[in-house]
Amino acid sequence: MNDPCAHCEEMMQPYLDHVLTDEEMDRAEAHLAECVDCRRRYRFEESLRIYVRKAVAEEMPAELRQKLAALRIPLE
Amino acid sequence: MEAEPEEAQRLATEARDRVRFEEDALALSDQVYRVARYLASSREDADELMQETYARAFRSWRSFTPGTNMRAWLMRILNNLNIDRGRRQQRAPQMQPLEANDYYLYDRLAEDGDGVSDEDKVVERLSQDDIVTALSAVPHDFRDVIVLVDLGDFSYADAAQILDIPVGTVMSRLHRGRRILKRELAESALEEAT
Repeated sequence: MNDPCAHCEEMMQPYLDHVLTDEEMDRAEAHLAECVDCRRRYRFEESLRIYVRKAVAEEMPAELRQKLAALRIPLE
Repeated sequence: MEAEPEEAQRLATEARDRVRFEEDALALSDQVYRVARYLASSREDADELMQETYARAFRSWRSFTPGTNMRAWLMRILNNLNIDRGRRQQRAPQMQPLEANDYYLYDRLAEDGDGVSDEDKVVERLSQDDIVTALSAVPHDFRDVIVLVDLGDFSYADAAQILDIPVGTVMSRLHRGRRILKRELAESALEEAT
């Protein structure tokens, strides 16, 4: 009655965020152990999160770093 | 007369604490910037916001409790300033963004790539521009949470405190925000493919 892949999809974000209860975790892992498709999709989600972080990581401009340091309050 | 050395001692201790605070805060600036860049609406806004945040932090350093999370403390100042400045309006409810299910993006990319099975390769079909554009297209309320948790590594509880919303709201916005992001990514990736 319940589609296990649909349930697994619902569990994916909390699973990867490590916020599932032990029971939910066991259930998700049991399904992942036997379902190649869900396993692939979980791995994709993990890769995607890492990839997004890298893609949007921007170095702070050196000029801004200097401006921030200049905001320090001088000692009397 | 006797109070003088004590007063001098107190001032010296305070000066030392303040210098240490400023150094610690500056050492976190790269991490703060990474988040500020996407809480603000442009690079220029992020630049100004960082300066306002640090100016305020240096002035009100006494209100920071040593031993607590300084990065979250700085981020809270930054978020409040961002709201005060109206850069990020507490806007009227906007159109409900479309969100896809969690598997949608993978399924679309995989089917479009002749059944590529290596998940890393599937991810690499997205360009950096696709990702930056897609993240910018996610409405602020959802994006703020993604930026704090997924890019800034803040816990749900820290994000809740920074944004002044309940933890449950952080979780639901994060969940939906990631789905909206994936829908945006699927759209841009598929547009390129056609």
